[in-house]
Amino acid sequence: MTLARVQPDFDGAACPIPLTDYPHVLLAHGGGGTLSQHLIDKIFLPAFANEALGSLHDGATLPVERGVLAVSTDSFVIDPIFFPGGDIGSLAVHGTVNDVAMCGARPFAITAGFILEEGLPMDDLWKIAQSMGEAARAAGVRVVTGDTKVVDRGKGDKIYINTTGLGIVPQGVRIDPARATPGDVILLSGPIASHGVAILSVREGLAFETQVTSDSIALHGMVAGMLDAFPDIHVLRDPTRGGVASALNEIARSSRRGMRLDQSALPIAEEVQGACEILGLDPLYVANEGVLIAIVPPEAEGPVLSAMQAHPAGRHARRIGAVVADHPGTVVMRTTIGGTRVVDMLSGEQLPRIC
Amino acid sequence: MKYVDEFRDERAAQQLAAEIRRMTTRRWTIMEICGGQTHTIVKYGLEDLLPPEITLVHGPGCPVCVTPLELIDKAVAIASRPDVLFTSFGDMLRVPGSDRDLLSVKAAGGNVRMVYSPLDAVGLAEKYPDRQVVFFAVGFETTAPANAMAVREARRLGLKNFSILCSQVLVPPAIRALLSSPTNRVQAFLAAGHVCTVMGYHEYDPLAASYRVPIVVTGFEPLDILEGIRLAVVQLEAGRHGVENAYARSVKREGNVPAQQLLQEIFHTIDRQWRGIGTIPMSGLSLRPELAYFDAEVRFDVGTITAEESPECIAGSVLQGLKKPHECPVFGTVCRPEKPLGAPMVSSEGACAAYYAYGRLRPPQAIETSP
Repeated sequence: MTLARVQPDFDGAACPIPLTDYPHVLLAHGGGGTLSQHLIDKIFLPAFANEALGSLHDGATLPVERGVLAVSTDSFVIDPIFFPGGDIGSLAVHGTVNDVAMCGARPFAITAGFILEEGLPMDDLWKIAQSMGEAARAAGVRVVTGDTKVVDRGKGDKIYINTTGLGIVPQGVRIDPARATPGDVILLSGPIASHGVAILSVREGLAFETQVTSDSIALHGMVAGMLDAFPDIHVLRDPTRGGVASALNEIARSSRRGMRLDQSALPIAEEVQGACEILGLDPLYVANEGVLIAIVPPEAEGPVLSAMQAHPAGRHARRIGAVVADHPGTVVMRTTIGGTRVVDMLSGEQLPRIC
Repeated sequence: MKYVDEFRDERAAQQLAAEIRRMTTRRWTIMEICGGQTHTIVKYGLEDLLPPEITLVHGPGCPVCVTPLELIDKAVAIASRPDVLFTSFGDMLRVPGSDRDLLSVKAAGGNVRMVYSPLDAVGLAEKYPDRQVVFFAVGFETTAPANAMAVREARRLGLKNFSILCSQVLVPPAIRALLSSPTNRVQAFLAAGHVCTVMGYHEYDPLAASYRVPIVVTGFEPLDILEGIRLAVVQLEAGRHGVENAYARSVKREGNVPAQQLLQEIFHTIDRQWRGIGTIPMSGLSLRPELAYFDAEVRFDVGTITAEESPECIAGSVLQGLKKPHECPVFGTVCRPEKPLGAPMVSSEGACAAYYAYGRLRPPQAIETSP
């Protein structure tokens, strides 16, 4: 599967802070003095170029439409900071935009706080800022205000990014996990577990025959299409950490409804499934960054699925189950052999098994 | 996915299940040895397809579950030393020792690392010559060759800073111990396919003959297990008791001979304590005396550790197939995966963890207590 991904092209471009001057981030880059200014002028402003940020005020002032504001905050601490299919910068934009989109909102701005570890290669910071800027432009959101701090070497892990996303919820849209209703259908936008497996494959140095790529992508375009097709979508969720299983359990608990899944309907790429088989991981619990779950009334299944499938990240969208009145708060799955099992909340971390 | 989907196919599974239902005339209790098989059974809801006369009980084949508490305490003590880089498979990190697990040691500043292969630990020993790298070598015959290979490699490289904390156990002596017990109810066994891939299955002939039980070498996919059950029931219904191989795509009668030779080169057989069960004669592997240099218990003097199990935990009965997890009074209440009293609630191969994660809506089926 190939998706239109935001992959900045670094060929031919180079970090504008001459490496001979400052090849690494120093504590002084977060000190508020000349070097901080240098970082803002040379790295962040060119990457995020927009009016609100360009004013260099203490904060941003933004004109807003009337209506309901959606706000979401998120922190990105991923290791490694560059991975197949993205990096911590593009992930920060996609993750934030998606959280706002899951409120049914149209995201328009994000903020970015950077916590840098002393010694981070300046070139890495530049690449991450460029990638973040590209991802934001592609998503149609502006990085309107930001902050940078530098911590002593060993007191952080290269770079952490904290973001806040802002969006406007269109009139008539009311996304709420408590609205899952028996009879509703559960739709999934695409193959699961790619992000978690891509990260694990780089982090643990596991060599698979096929490179697994993170699915990290902004989903607000898909959400806008879905809401145009059927405004009364009940629940939206992007199943990031904890995977599809944890997201559905959260919804089941907040709505006090049961969920019934069909295992054979769950889409998963063959190389991802292979990796999960080898590592003893259940793909239902593995993180996604470019997949959404929608819970809609039965009459909306057709139009909403078509809208999902019209988006490049939703081509494999399908129905994976239904909300039921039985076993409230519990997710149950019909297995591929026709048995049933509970799909529980993940307890602790998924640890690969011994044999 | 090829070679996987075929073994999870609904139509084939239903056909096998119908065949099992058709020929079952009496109550039979069958034990699957391996925790991986237990998880397949519960995770796929396989018992939904079986006739009520068949009771599956879950065996001791969970390496994490049978590793003695004292050894986990020793692992915790060794991993807490500032000069040690302690490596383990992920599963072992969360198993509770007497007062904490290896993840807590890591959180408190210990250098504890998860590895995917014992050879990764050897690599770490090469990379960090000023650190003592210890690998927690637990498991059955399945993991033993890789652990042996790590020791052989460390010897070849002349590494002075590599050792293993060893708790290797063997399946056939455990089956013998279960069958010798006056409380035994198991009438047929599904032997663990991966163990037999290494060891072959000739070792099971004397067990099947002397205890008159069918033993079927069985794989790990739902259809593998249904086929194993089918062959076991065919034998039980006919009053036969032989060893059969239902996992021929992986297992040969003689097993993997080079792997067995490697085991003989590095290990020798000893009496071994099994958590929850007790000491089983000649049921474990330990480094040969000339390789004691690589034995972490010899290298690090952590003193004598005596550990006490939680009095409420019935892990021993669960591991011997005498009780099912939900027959435990504290199952899912006091004992949960986040706060386990015993190892079977933690391991990805533990029966209690499987019942907790996948089987909580299932009506309880107790094990028959009278013949």
